[in-house]
Amino acid sequence: MEYLNDGGFRETHYSLIACCRCGLQIEPNPTNMCVDCLRSDVDITEDIPKTSALSFCRSCERYLQPPNQWIKAELESRELLAVCLKKLKGLSKVKLVDAGFVWTEPHSMRVKVKLTVQKEVMNGALLQQVFIVEYVVQSHMCDDCHRVEAKDFWRAVVQVRQKIDHKKTFFYLEQLILKHKAHRNTVNIKPMADGLDFFFTKQDDAKKLVDFLSAFVPSRHITGKELVSHDIRNNKFTYKYTFSVEIVPICKDNIICLPQKTAQQMGSINPLCIVLRVTQNIHVIDPNTLQVAELSSANYWRDPFTALVSVKQLTEFMVMEIDLVPDKERPFRPRVSNKHALADVYVARTSDLGVNEIQFHCRTHLGHILKVGDTVLGFDFTNANLNHQHFEKMKSDKVPDVMLIKKVFDNARRMRRRKWKLHRFEGADELDTESVTRDYNDFLNDLEEDQGLRENINIYKDASKITVELEDTDDEGIPQISLQEMLEDLHITEDATGGEGAAMME
Amino acid sequence: MAIRAQFEGNNEIGVFAKLTNSYCLVAIGGSENFYSVFEGEIGDTIPVVHASIAGCRVIGRMCVGNRHGLLVPNTTTDQELQHIRNALPDTVKIYRAEEKLSALGNVIACNDYVALVHPDLDRETEDLLVDTLNVEVFRHTVANNVLVGSYTVFSNQGGMVSPKTSVEDLDELSSLLQVPLVAGTVNRGSDVLAAGLVVNDWMAVCGHDTTSTEVSVLESVFKLSDHEPSQIQTQMRDSLVDTLS
Repeated sequence: MEYLNDGGFRETHYSLIACCRCGLQIEPNPTNMCVDCLRSDVDITEDIPKTSALSFCRSCERYLQPPNQWIKAELESRELLAVCLKKLKGLSKVKLVDAGFVWTEPHSMRVKVKLTVQKEVMNGALLQQVFIVEYVVQSHMCDDCHRVEAKDFWRAVVQVRQKIDHKKTFFYLEQLILKHKAHRNTVNIKPMADGLDFFFTKQDDAKKLVDFLSAFVPSRHITGKELVSHDIRNNKFTYKYTFSVEIVPICKDNIICLPQKTAQQMGSINPLCIVLRVTQNIHVIDPNTLQVAELSSANYWRDPFTALVSVKQLTEFMVMEIDLVPDKERPFRPRVSNKHALADVYVARTSDLGVNEIQFHCRTHLGHILKVGDTVLGFDFTNANLNHQHFEKMKSDKVPDVMLIKKVFDNARRMRRRKWKLHRFEGADELDTESVTRDYNDFLNDLEEDQGLRENINIYKDASKITVELEDTDDEGIPQISLQEMLEDLHITEDATGGEGAAMME
Repeated sequence: MAIRAQFEGNNEIGVFAKLTNSYCLVAIGGSENFYSVFEGEIGDTIPVVHASIAGCRVIGRMCVGNRHGLLVPNTTTDQELQHIRNALPDTVKIYRAEEKLSALGNVIACNDYVALVHPDLDRETEDLLVDTLNVEVFRHTVANNVLVGSYTVFSNQGGMVSPKTSVEDLDELSSLLQVPLVAGTVNRGSDVLAAGLVVNDWMAVCGHDTTSTEVSVLESVFKLSDHEPSQIQTQMRDSLVDTLS
């Protein structure tokens, strides 16, 4: 009977031959040598180094994948195996059949990989061999960590400056940047006098921030570059780039005196007017007529001017008498604000109360919120000594005695009732001085008072305050932000350690 | 006795030489080293002749012969044929074979009595073989290979075949040829036996790479050893028995 194997072919019985090296009786094979003799004759792993080194960055715990990629990999993971195999030089000359890790103590800084390779040796015989390659893990700081370690590494800097006496604009900018994540690639943010410096490793990232700023606040920028090093052989130059962004030195509640030409362009508005808010444009209102106008960044920089009166120069007045002016009697102007009401008011300085009976008459755009007895901030032109080139050109009969800017509310109560909060840059609130805190509170007040201002930023519910039901009905019409405008802050309530997780990074 | 030789650094000495019981042909090389090996060993018993066939040095693969005769391919020139005729003994018949498989050494293996030939060999060549070499002709393959002349070497004493031959084939061939056969290798594992080995009834020459294991295998199968057990048994036994009795 014949033995048939699976293929149905007759299996051939070879006569044993003597191994040509040692004379051992073996089945014929392509080399006609026994396996031991073949092993001693040829070593298919001779081209492969048996020891090698892995570069490992200790600070970011990544491995170097040649030539210059750093990869995060666990011990005994696929990624690490890939890195290990990439390191071996002669592996292309053999066929890799299997690879795996041999366990090593993690602190030994050794990684052992067991490889099974095949290679065709003389006359087409396929030889398979198993061997172990040992890798020494060498610590080697990666470029990124090196730069972080060097701390002041940067290629481009954006210097944002506003030459005014408070920081409210920067609080607004901070919120804008947080909302749009424009600060993602910054290496460092440094507060400077009159502004902030943003540092970047790439010029493009800096350009992006400059574009962002010019889209959201009226500003202009100039660029400069400083040669750091250059190579005359290959014409390579390394520069440090500087972008100087200057934001208009005009803020909400400033009284400005427009240049005559600019005033004419803005619908012949009265040059003496109040800044309502500063977003992409400067929004102004004439308190005598309710006429509103917008001054674009480009138009401002064509003929720049400074504010006439800033908030700190205002004095407190008390409303003695108020009469709303009907629409019919209001002087006609093409664009008027419908959120304000024109009123005739008689006011007295709070400091004068009980001293004398001096009262001033003026017209104001705050008719919709003022009542008799309210305190209001305004500017007293009668006692003012102003040095301003455009103001000096105005006829004195056009200048009112008093210009009212905004109503004053009880600050302590407002803070108590505030049920929302904003996100800040990391570590930004630690450095705040008292004056900065006051500026920040003013900024929060401004947000509550002006919907147009808070349209561009994210407002979050303050969970610690929202639960407390305040039974205080006597709110004096304090402006508030409705619950619909607030965002739920994302909290990861339980993380892997079982504790309260940190708030989501913005 | 088996000796190792090299033809100009090449171990495939069966390509460059033809050894029979009555003559030996050696290719014309650049130096006489190879020729001297044969001349030194067997020059005093049989003629060792420099020869070329069709202008080539690969004479071992081109011609086939034994004690009785020699067949050369039809590409052999008259001058070469005349030279061989002059040098060989008169008892050796020399003929040109009109055969399309002109590398006769590769397609025919023979000793003084039988020949193993390629299955597609011409009928005329077969007749010529019978007439010239006085052999019985068998058409056969070795290890599924038709080039029987390359993969088989045998003398009147024994023979060697390619290691890939199955046991069944080996038995069949052995009974056809009437000589003991083994599977073996030369030149450190090469299975092209006829290229690495020339053999007659009393000597063998193999390539320089042949290992001592291979030499001992071929000495035992071709019965070349001086200290053969058969000799002890046959010649010494009588004397031993004599002294003991």
